[in-house]
Amino acid sequence: MSEPRQHTVLELRYLRTEFGSRERPLIAVDDVSFSVKAGEILGLVGESGSGKSITLRSILGIVRPRGRVGGEILWKGRDLAALDEAALRKVRGREIAMIFQEPMSSLNPLLTVGLQISENLATHTDLDARARKTKAVELLEMVGIPAARNRLGDYPHEFSGGMRQRVMIAIALASNPQLLLADEPTTALDVTIQDQILRLIQSLSRDLGMAVILVTHDMGVVAQTCDRVAVMYGGRLCELGTTTQVIGDARHPYALGLLRSIPRDVAPRTPLYSIPGAPPSLSALPPGCAFTARCPVAGLECGDVRPPLAAVGQHHQVACHRRAEALAHFRQHEAAS
Amino acid sequence: MSALGHTSQRRPNRLLAFLGRAFARPSFVIGFAIIACSILLALCPQVFAPYDPLAFDMTAIQQPPSLAHPFGTDNFGRDVLSRVIWAYRVDMQMALLATIFALTIGVTAGAFVGYYGGIADTIFGRCVDAIITFPFLVLVIAIVAVLGPGLVNMYIAITMVNWVYYARLTRAEIMTQKANDYAAAGRVLGFSDRRIIFRHLLPNAISPVIVYWMTDMALAILLGSSLGYLGLGAQPPAAEWGVLISEGRNFLLTAWWMSLMPGVAIVLTGLGFSLLGDALADLLRAKGR
Amino acid sequence: MNMLTMEPAKPLLSIRDLTMRFEKPRSLSDAIARRPRQVVSALNGVDLDVMAAETLGIVGESGCGKSTLARCIAGLHQPSGGDILFEGESVVGLKGPKRRAYNKRVQMMFQDPYTSLNPRMTVRDTLREAISVHRMREGAAIERRIDELLDLVRLPEGAADKYPHEFSGGQRQRIGIARALSLEPICLVADELVSALDVSVQAQVVNLLLELQDNLGLTVLFVAHDLRLVRHVSHRVAVIYLGAIVEVGPSEALFSRPRHPYSQALLAAAPSLDPADRKRAPALSGELPSPLDIPPGCPFHVRCPHAAERCRIEKPALRPVGAGMAACHFAETISAV
Repeated sequence: MSEPRQHTVLELRYLRTEFGSRERPLIAVDDVSFSVKAGEILGLVGESGSGKSITLRSILGIVRPRGRVGGEILWKGRDLAALDEAALRKVRGREIAMIFQEPMSSLNPLLTVGLQISENLATHTDLDARARKTKAVELLEMVGIPAARNRLGDYPHEFSGGMRQRVMIAIALASNPQLLLADEPTTALDVTIQDQILRLIQSLSRDLGMAVILVTHDMGVVAQTCDRVAVMYGGRLCELGTTTQVIGDARHPYALGLLRSIPRDVAPRTPLYSIPGAPPSLSALPPGCAFTARCPVAGLECGDVRPPLAAVGQHHQVACHRRAEALAHFRQHEAAS
Repeated sequence: MSALGHTSQRRPNRLLAFLGRAFARPSFVIGFAIIACSILLALCPQVFAPYDPLAFDMTAIQQPPSLAHPFGTDNFGRDVLSRVIWAYRVDMQMALLATIFALTIGVTAGAFVGYYGGIADTIFGRCVDAIITFPFLVLVIAIVAVLGPGLVNMYIAITMVNWVYYARLTRAEIMTQKANDYAAAGRVLGFSDRRIIFRHLLPNAISPVIVYWMTDMALAILLGSSLGYLGLGAQPPAAEWGVLISEGRNFLLTAWWMSLMPGVAIVLTGLGFSLLGDALADLLRAKGR
Repeated sequence: MNMLTMEPAKPLLSIRDLTMRFEKPRSLSDAIARRPRQVVSALNGVDLDVMAAETLGIVGESGCGKSTLARCIAGLHQPSGGDILFEGESVVGLKGPKRRAYNKRVQMMFQDPYTSLNPRMTVRDTLREAISVHRMREGAAIERRIDELLDLVRLPEGAADKYPHEFSGGQRQRIGIARALSLEPICLVADELVSALDVSVQAQVVNLLLELQDNLGLTVLFVAHDLRLVRHVSHRVAVIYLGAIVEVGPSEALFSRPRHPYSQALLAAAPSLDPADRKRAPALSGELPSPLDIPPGCPFHVRCPHAAERCRIEKPALRPVGAGMAACHFAETISAV
């Protein structure tokens, strides 16, 4: 792209989050490294138990104290993984904001929306009460709530699901965050509303230069919203690249299989490609590649040796021992159908 | 059939696993031990009681605890330990009989009302409100006063009030379970309402009721002995903890053991039921997930 | 073109002007103030024919009434008005043996794999109960039939004596399918059968459904919100909006050339997997009106970009347009654009 090179705002290095006893820990996120630039939307895709949400929560330390976070989370020259709770709290909500799948559970049902926004403004800015109110209206307008001024006094339950998600975003934006963590923000919404919210996140990121990490399980959402994609499986990163690279030219057998299993350009009512088996349990991952048990091209080394992330193109990295075989397998499958 | 043999093999495994987890909890072990001993004492007091609980001994009136009479003797020279042990029979019987009918009636009523809802549910709600607004004890005493004192009338009185609490609990649980799709699936499969209620919903709804039952048995003993103390429940000279405490109340300063020892028995048994209830609550909750 | 002349075959299921209203419980203060009882209109005159051995997809947003329709057909709800004809006979309000006989022919599969199976019954118990209540088999034949059913839905050996919590989501849905098939029905109502499953598992269950349908000659009502999946499995598709069918037609025709503006918006909002055809503006603005207060005239006019005066007053009827039927006054002119 012709835009000036944007600077990296967040960099994860070998992030590892584990739960349970130290002797037999459950490793929910294992050795995950990626970075996000200002104004960029990074998609974090995976199925349930892939560690995508835990990765997001680890960044803000909200998996602690039950979870233990290792590795480095570099944010403006600081390592968030090494900060204590008090120091982290200053980063949370101010520099990095987060929105969730079910807005109702993260909005206070007993406070009006106006109060909740202005509360956030009071903590994170030094505006006076009057300026806070103006700003609150501005924020609600920015996220597309009609007649924003009249809705400041409304309670969360008086908003519909899509509007609530907009309110959540408005509250998150109150502190002018440089990074927005969005955990499946549209999963509970209908397609037409999902579409509206995604367009909103996209335009906010573009206009405010805000970086976004968007956790989702929907490849369509990724294709329509994200600049880059990280695919996770069994707590590990298996593929990382631009959206066009990952969706158009996936190399990891899991990403390939996932994309092939979505019905498009196939004859109606013909069998879909399906990945055999079910998502793995975190307590039973092999020492090698987590996808081994379901992989159509797994070899002897796959179960024992962890494949490193290797570059297959500019910005495009894949963690697989048998990339050539995988590509051949899926090409063949494609030709057959 | 081998397949059938398979099923009958899995069931005990599940029970064994449950018991294994249960006995790993100290609260369950202690509660279970207390209740098991109480049941044993209730079933065969003659084996454990050193004396006849009703035999007067005018040579040993109001003796303090000693080796011969570990709990002392009362104002007629009766052995307090023997009377406390014989009272297990009455009081454990109270724990069971004052609750079991309430449990049966309440669970059945609650299950039907919770499943069908509608007008029956509204009427039920009003009845519950009416009964619950009265203080429990006052209502029971009023009913006993009408029926006349005695154990059987006491059971009737307690059941008449107590079933409401079981019904309310069961109704709420059934309504939660009814919202699950397996209940809808049962209807689409053409099962009768009774089958859906009793075979599908109730087994999934019963755990909190069982837990409540445990605590309720402790409460029933307390209630029964209170009524005994007031002269409305078990009648003297029968050995019952409330009656025993009542007999000792005039001698609290001179012969404190007459009231204290049955009191300890009440506390201990109540504790046993409570511990068991708590442990079961934890166990059943953990299993649901 | 007329549907009736094109398809002289008699429909298996005919739904005629079906309405379903749920009365909201009135609070005491409302009763005193003599405010009228609030009524949720979940279905507002649904007309639909289901042909034998076809898959009819039913799509729409949450709250549009598609699940209510499915449940009415399965006999779980008693409709407030209209009729459902099965092989020419009304099946509304059936009781006792007649209802059992109907449900033996028409079975339902549920969305939530976690609540649709009784957690205290093994798979064998669940299937045995269904088989023996309907006397499908006697004695030893019951056990043989259970093995057969489990084989049919590809559950692994030894699955019969396990409890639901020992299975993955995909496997539980297979158990649900086996349970429905145990009565040897000719029609299956699938209410969001795969939407709770991971993408990589959805394809497995969809393939199974397609295969079973072809082998057993089943009629399937596939209720879902995933347009790609509906397009893949359905012969015909009905689009439902605020409790009424707005468009119905052959799957390929409807997806390649939707006639009703709502269908058009729905398809446009579904995230495409191609990062190249990204759009900046949302496909449809506004939200679903409350089913407590359905707009007069065409229920879609408040969100419709093509709405004219006529749409606000006159409710459009479902009429033949192109290869299918659409309920829009301007279907011809709009779809020409």
